[in-house]
Amino acid sequence: MKKITLVLLVVCTATMAVAHSQTSPAKAPSWEAQDAADGAFVARTTFAETDGEKMYRRVCAACHMPDGKGAEGAGRYPALANNPRLATGAYSVMVILKGLNGMPPIGSMMSDQQVADVVNYTRAHMGNKYTDLVTAAEVKEIRETN
Amino acid sequence: MEDVPAPQLTKRSLLAMVGKAAGASAMYMAMTALDQARASTFKGPVKLEGGAKGASIIILGAGVAGMTAALELSRAGYKVQILEYNNRLGGRAWSLYGGDVYTELGGATQRCQFAPGNYINPGPWRIPWHHYGLMHYCHELGVALEPFIQTNYNAYVHSKNAFGGKPQRYRHVQADFYGYVGELLSKSVRQGALNDRITKEDGEILLEALRSWGALDKDFRYVKGQPSSNRRGWEKDAGGGLTAQPIPSEPMTLETVLRSGAWRNIATNLTWDHQYTIFQPVGGMQMVARGFERAVGHLVRRNSKVTAIKQGENSVTVTFTDTKSGKVMNASADYCLCTIPLPVLSQIEMDSSPELASAIRAVPYSTSVKVGLEFKRRFWEQDEFIYGGITYTDLPNSQISYPSTNYGAKGPGVLLGCYVGGATGYELTALAPEQRIARVLEWGSKIHTQYKSEFMNGVAVGWHRVPWVLGCFGTWSESARANHYENLCKMDGRVLLAGEHASYYGGWIEGGITSAIDAITRLHARVVAS
Repeated sequence: MKKITLVLLVVCTATMAVAHSQTSPAKAPSWEAQDAADGAFVARTTFAETDGEKMYRRVCAACHMPDGKGAEGAGRYPALANNPRLATGAYSVMVILKGLNGMPPIGSMMSDQQVADVVNYTRAHMGNKYTDLVTAAEVKEIRETN
Repeated sequence: MEDVPAPQLTKRSLLAMVGKAAGASAMYMAMTALDQARASTFKGPVKLEGGAKGASIIILGAGVAGMTAALELSRAGYKVQILEYNNRLGGRAWSLYGGDVYTELGGATQRCQFAPGNYINPGPWRIPWHHYGLMHYCHELGVALEPFIQTNYNAYVHSKNAFGGKPQRYRHVQADFYGYVGELLSKSVRQGALNDRITKEDGEILLEALRSWGALDKDFRYVKGQPSSNRRGWEKDAGGGLTAQPIPSEPMTLETVLRSGAWRNIATNLTWDHQYTIFQPVGGMQMVARGFERAVGHLVRRNSKVTAIKQGENSVTVTFTDTKSGKVMNASADYCLCTIPLPVLSQIEMDSSPELASAIRAVPYSTSVKVGLEFKRRFWEQDEFIYGGITYTDLPNSQISYPSTNYGAKGPGVLLGCYVGGATGYELTALAPEQRIARVLEWGSKIHTQYKSEFMNGVAVGWHRVPWVLGCFGTWSESARANHYENLCKMDGRVLLAGEHASYYGGWIEGGITSAIDAITRLHARVVAS
């Protein structure tokens, strides 16, 4: 809570300072360059994240959380960290493309390469140590089968 | 006068721009479930006649669907109990007020700092006149309604690539778009281009209709003058005395209107679910929940997390954990009406038919993010004469909705600074709440320069992090609807489902109400027949 107030205060103070110095051009917020570099907030209907780490951090983390440990309320988001189900790359591809339970088929907003990248990233990070790689061609094949 | 789009605009960049606008519009339509819009099946108060024969029912979830069922079943003589996960009743009929504390999945906690009287509805926020079920219960339960301003001709249409990024008044875009379409079509009629489709006499009628509809002049042109200014507004308004004479405003050019893509925002306001009259509960959508709470709140056990639903020969037993004490308990009844959102229900142990189990797993839940921002004053009213309504933008926040109440109030005002789904929805949800607010503040400041100096505080809800839904609402694909919808809705042993997910009204409260009434009507028929 304190953190929220503090951040907002900083945002506020920074922007007020800009408003008062009319001669200098408006200073972009610090996150703006980061968003652009990550490919976040580029389009509304497709993801523009350019690698697997960015896709995980900017998109998947919404539910599976930044540390990959999932979360629990009335229901839960499964942890992707240390998850033996990730042993088969095709399984992850399938879940992303087709959805699972309440999870939307979020891969419909990703290219084949983006799906492959985020699967490969997740299978090799957060305690997962699977080194075999999924390819965009494999993703395409799974995407085209029902 | 309006700025024109960048003159160096190539055809390719033009198409890309319009494409982006199309995507935004398509996404908005998906979000508001326009593809699923149907007329409500609500046909007046339900009459469950013939007696309950002492039957009991356990209802899971004290959202509007569950409480509608509880109200009508208890009236019909059933013994009713409700289990609710939250400490609050109403489910997605929810408002955030000053002092409210909201903790999302992942642990981020926000304490809403809005001034008294200010609020946002993180979930449903408008009630079209034809949502007969919800209208009925609002009237019956003493929930006061007031108009929700959907279309505001003086709000903005904004595109970062059109008009030099300068927001345009909705009335300019609509008047000029209609005007030029009217002019072009009348030209076609007069040149005889439609002779194979329309008789000469009908052509004459059409010409007069176009003149009226498009605000065309005597020569069927859409030009600067009284007819067009009567639609789009004047350069200088009429007055009294020596400064009385109005000065007409200059329409944008046809090319400007077309290339801006701004015309796409007009269609939203023409759709069935967004036609006037639209209402909102006075004081927030939470007031709908309070209305039901007054009627059936005494039947609800709060803080109860359902973990298993077991069916026996003659009863249903629900296992739940009291989230305050950690104690595991059972509750039994003859029947069970389950309104638990499907992402949560899919994880609950339940001995259902394979068909129902598959149906429960076949409905992904939409993403959606809403951000409320509180400002020191209502600058949109005081500086820009915008009283309620919605500004549309192709920036990631998608829209800004101004409060449809308390016009002219001094002191802080709250607007909805962002309502978006799709890719943007996930990207916003992945951020910490204060980072969502910082972005929405920045994007909105491109439309309202007052944003940064007037900002006080905000609250941001990403629906995929709402602990008791895990998403905003059920989205049915055509094939899922064909394969699973009937199985989801039909009675499975002694259990049946209700909620917006068991309706053609994805994301609307009316879906919860109509599905609940449909379910209890079938249940009651079975009880009466038994």
